[in-house]
Formats: sequence, structure tokens, C-alpha cells
Amino acid sequence: MRKQLRLSGSGGQGVITAAIILAEAAVSEGKNAVQSQSYGPEARGGASKSEVIIDDEKIFHPHVKTPDFVLAMTQKAADKYFHDLKDDGVLILDDDLVPKSPDFKNIIRVPITKLAVEKLGRALFANIVALGVLVKVTKLVDFETIKKSVASRVPPHTVEQNMTALQLGFEAV
Amino acid sequence: MSARLMQGNEAIAEGALAAGVRFFGGYPITPSTEIAESLAKLLPKVGGTFVQMEDEIASMGVVLGASLAGKKVLTASSGPGISLKQELIGYASAAEIPAVIVNVQRVGPSTGQPTAPSQGDVMQARWGTHGDHSIIVLSPWSVREAFDIAVKSVNYAERFRVPVILLTDEIVGHLRENVELPAEVEIYPRRLPKISRAEGYEPYAPDEDLVPNVANFGEGFHIHVTGLIHDETGFPVGSPKITREAIKRMHEKISRAQDEIIEVHQEFMDDAQFAVVSFGGTARTAYEAVLNARKRGQKVGFVRLITIFPFAEKILRELSKNLRGLVVAELNFGQIVNEVERAVKNCPVKLCAKYDMTIFEPEEIEASIDELIAEVNAK
Repeated sequence: MRKQLRLSGSGGQGVITAAIILAEAAVSEGKNAVQSQSYGPEARGGASKSEVIIDDEKIFHPHVKTPDFVLAMTQKAADKYFHDLKDDGVLILDDDLVPKSPDFKNIIRVPITKLAVEKLGRALFANIVALGVLVKVTKLVDFETIKKSVASRVPPHTVEQNMTALQLGFEAV
Repeated sequence: MSARLMQGNEAIAEGALAAGVRFFGGYPITPSTEIAESLAKLLPKVGGTFVQMEDEIASMGVVLGASLAGKKVLTASSGPGISLKQELIGYASAAEIPAVIVNVQRVGPSTGQPTAPSQGDVMQARWGTHGDHSIIVLSPWSVREAFDIAVKSVNYAERFRVPVILLTDEIVGHLRENVELPAEVEIYPRRLPKISRAEGYEPYAPDEDLVPNVANFGEGFHIHVTGLIHDETGFPVGSPKITREAIKRMHEKISRAQDEIIEVHQEFMDDAQFAVVSFGGTARTAYEAVLNARKRGQKVGFVRLITIFPFAEKILRELSKNLRGLVVAELNFGQIVNEVERAVKNCPVKLCAKYDMTIFEPEEIEASIDELIAEVNAK
């Protein structure tokens, strides 16, 4: 079954890294995955978006058409990227960074960045917290798989904190 | 090897390394930078050399120097950088120096749209440098094929002693997907002199396949390398006969092997009345458009140019004999469509062009198929 995800926010929040890790986890479970990205020329601070398609079948056209899940880490991203969500799709919002909910019925609000700052001392871990949320909500990959994928991507001395971040997100929903 | 997630640009770096590339000179530019980043990590591990130069012109110069000294070489850039490299690409063609130049296309002209996909450098790949030069241009549609095409590009550069443009785009360059890479690849070794100086070796004397076995610098031969038209000794000669022969040979060394070089991926052509021609990242969307059209009962085939130049003229002409029309989908204002129109004599060719920073959606290509079918049926 094809599943389409869009992770969006602003450059520097790590949404592209989160998307890569999720796609890597899906591949390590034997699925096909395609990950693409778009970002402004300014990179940090500009609009940032990454899309992941996961399927048992081959994937040709690489862009998400009607997402099953959208993660938005800024108000701008939320307003821009929820429109083409499937009717039964889910919109996941960073509770503090997206004050106004877009007009969509299935919204999950999680204080993603706040959790990262309060529990780990740095907003830097927000993308991994978000990944924990995504894995819980989407059920696309096992929690054990995502742990391995995160551990192999992040700098070795940060593995422990990233595991905490993942757990925080997973338990927040 | 088990499947892993890999980016198109990373696959190009891996393919180049597998094919024996041991020298990279470059200057970073989005969306090609990951090729340089990957090779900066990979090359030192195999005793190779990575150099970041002061600009794209110097990058092209340094790879040509390394190639003449015996290394298999690669450089990578995007539109603005590829424009700067053109003078030395011509030099590589004239002096017959093997080199692979990767162009990860973004929107132009000039600095254009730095991170957005395009296929606007097709004719530049063929004719970017001046003069009647020979060149090979290849374009992958997937991460796995990016690896294979990188290997092929290096092999062709070495075999024909010609610059090869690996023409990819932001779509494939930045795309990550699951791949399994082969443990081993076929490698074309550097051509070496077959006879000694005493036996009358001339560096630019063509072998049976019209390609000269130019000795590497530092291996005991006297070699003169120039962008001026030269004779078999490598020294410039102001003679009409030598000029004619030199230019003819440079073209014929490629054209006589073109049936081998030209690769076209075809599907659903047995019953096709219409077909979509595309290449590179756009072909992924074209494939989905063709699948959708066939689900609706339209007899549409899929034609993908893997080799862009030399152009698949004969193959397209043959194909078109059984067709009622062709759609050419390309992410530009209309470039390869002119080559297709030149090759195809007996059916209409319709351009499906896009040049707005975004890639095609399947529906856009399907709409062109619908329009073409309606136009042909109305006649």
C-alpha cells in the first residue's frame, strides 16, 4: 500500500534529515522508498520541505500527490501544505510554532520543539522528537527500526540524547 | 549487498569510483555539491585525490591535467559552472583527453533558480563549446541507473578519449531511493602506447578504432598536447588536408560505434499507436503518465533516451513508422524536441514543455497525450 508523507518547516529545523531517516528505516524493512526535498536558496531560515513515498510496488513519479500525513513545524508550512491532504489524512503540528490550526479535521498537536528544549535543552532535537511522533501516528515502521536508523545517522556522541528525543515523541501521542 | 537508501549524486560518486576514477577537481554548486562531498570522503580511502579549486574553470583544467598524467577523472557542476567549463571541454575534445563532466541541471539561464529542477542544458551539453567537436551525453532516470551511467561515462571517456557529459537533473541528483549496487563493474582500462618510440610511436596516430593511444605524461614518452589542430605527432599543422582529416576522425571515432553507444529504453511499444519520448528525471513522471493512459485504454508507448548524444535518430525513425504521433516531454522550453522532429518524418511530434521550477505531474503529460490523440483523430 502506498503511503505519502510531507515534512515541512523552515531550513535548519531538520525536516529533511528526519525524512531521510524515515525513508532509511522503511528501506531497512524491505520496502521501496523515495525521498525528495525542496528548499530555498538561503537554506537556513528559508522554506524547507521533504517528501517521502513508501510502497511495496515500484515508485516512479517521485512527488507526493495527496499526502496521508503532513508534518508542519511552522505556521507558514502548515498553511501552505495541508490543502492536498487525503480526507482521512492526518496533519501533525508543532503546538507552539503553529498557533493557528488550519481548517482540517484530523489534526494532532504536539509540543515538539518545546519537548526538545525542556527535556534535552536544545531545539536541535526537535526533528527527532517529530520522528518519534510520526512513527507512532503513521505506524509505517517499527519503533526498533527507527531507533537503529537514527543511531546510524546521528553523530555517535549524540546517540543517547537522540534516543531520548525519539522516545519523547513516541510517547507524546 | 542489501538494499540501502542512496541519493542520485552519491550514486554518481560511487559509480565513478567503481569505474576507476581517482581524481576529482571541482567547485561546489547546488544541486551538484553532494558529488564533491561524497568523493571528498571516498577518494582518499583508495589513494585518490580530491581538490576543491578556486573556480569551475580551474576545476576543469586540473582534471584535464590529471587525466593527461594517467588518472581517470571526474568533475561536477550545474549550469553556471558548466558554462565556465566550456572552453576547456572543447580543449578536451580537440586534444582527446578523457574526462567526465557531470551536469546536475537546475533552472537557467545564468544563476537562474539555484535549487530548482530543469532540463534546460540539453543543447549546451552537445554544443556548449565552439567548433565541430565530438562528445557523448548520457542521462539516468534513477539512482541505480545514475551509478551505472557514471561507470559507462568513465568507460566511454577512456575508450574514445572524449569528454563525456553525464547530464542529470536536480530530480535524480537529489532523489534518494533504495538501491542495491553491484559488487563489481566492467572497467575500460586507460589506453596505452602499443609500440615504442624506436618503433615509430606517434601519440596521435589513430588505432584501428580511430582513437589514438596517447601516452600518459611521465611514462617515458615525449608528448605535445594542444588545442590547435595537430597531426599524428601532436604538433600543430596549418594544412587543409590535416584539418579535414582530424575533424573527420574525431567525429567518426564516435559515429562508427554509435549503435553500441546509443541506448533507448522502450516499453509498451508492441501495440502502441502513440508514444511519449522523455529522458532523465522527467521520464519517471512520463512513465506514470503512460501507465495511466494505458489504464484508460489509450495505446501509448514509452520511449526513454538514455543516450542523448549521439542522438537516437535511426531508432526513433524506425519506431515512428508504426506510430500515429509522439509527445516529447522535457523540463525546458523545447530542446530535444527539435532533434526528435528532425528524425521523425511520418507522424506529428507534440512538445510537452515545462519551465517553472516544478517537475511535471503525470496529469500534465496525460493532457498532452489526450490533445495529440484528438488532433490526430480530427485530421
